[in-house]
Amino acid sequence: MSQSYNRGLIEDFGRWKEFSAGMWAWIFHKFTGWMLIGYLFTHIAVLSTSVGAAGNEAAIMAESDVYTTTLQGLEGLFLIRLLEVGLLAVAVFHILNGLRLLMVDLGVGLEAQDKSFYASLVLTGAITVASVPTFLTGVSL
Amino acid sequence: MAEQYSSFTPGGTRWFLQRVTAAFLVVVLAFHFFLLHFVNHAYEVTFLGTQARMENVGYLLTMVLFLITATFHGVNGVYNALVNQGLEGTQKKAVLAVLVVASVGLVAQGTYVALTMSGMI
Repeated sequence: MSQSYNRGLIEDFGRWKEFSAGMWAWIFHKFTGWMLIGYLFTHIAVLSTSVGAAGNEAAIMAESDVYTTTLQGLEGLFLIRLLEVGLLAVAVFHILNGLRLLMVDLGVGLEAQDKSFYASLVLTGAITVASVPTFLTGVSL
Repeated sequence: MAEQYSSFTPGGTRWFLQRVTAAFLVVVLAFHFFLLHFVNHAYEVTFLGTQARMENVGYLLTMVLFLITATFHGVNGVYNALVNQGLEGTQKKAVLAVLVVASVGLVAQGTYVALTMSGMI
């Protein structure tokens, strides 16, 4: 069964106080999706330093190749570690809400779709907070 | 019926492929994050360590498949989000062309990078 209804201009953020849980889930999923595809391009760009590193066995063994020094240089920056925590939060939310969307598409638990959105948020927060010590190991301001 | 928001037309091919790739990505993205941040730490990554992982053909193939599905899922999501915003006609075709070129470029570069990591190139 399909039915249409006038939901107004859904991209009008001036109406944010009227947004339902499903609408927020849609906005967050879209936002985190944009972040993740942007990151994927950046990720491959950084990892491309392996092209310059490959073949130089002496530098690889000494861990002074451009790939290793680039990655470890970035990992030595506190800002990068913070961004990694942000990336984890974005990825975890996108995964959990994605699972929720798969359930919605399958028609499973439709009556609880708002609660599962709140659960996705809470679980994302918990996993992110719990991972902070791991992500900030060995770096200082 | 519960209110449902989506940028996709339910039942369409792109909608279906978005769901299939999502199911794969949920597992592989979680594995990738766990392996490279909790088992191995990102700040300890070296070319030597990367090469050791990528020399395993199963791991290499998983990573290349991960790249292809993630690129498709991400770019398909972006395209549908833009269409949902009202993109039409020539603009729609131009955006699609740019996204296809960007995707092919990303997959080609990523695969090349993976092969250099594995020592095959």
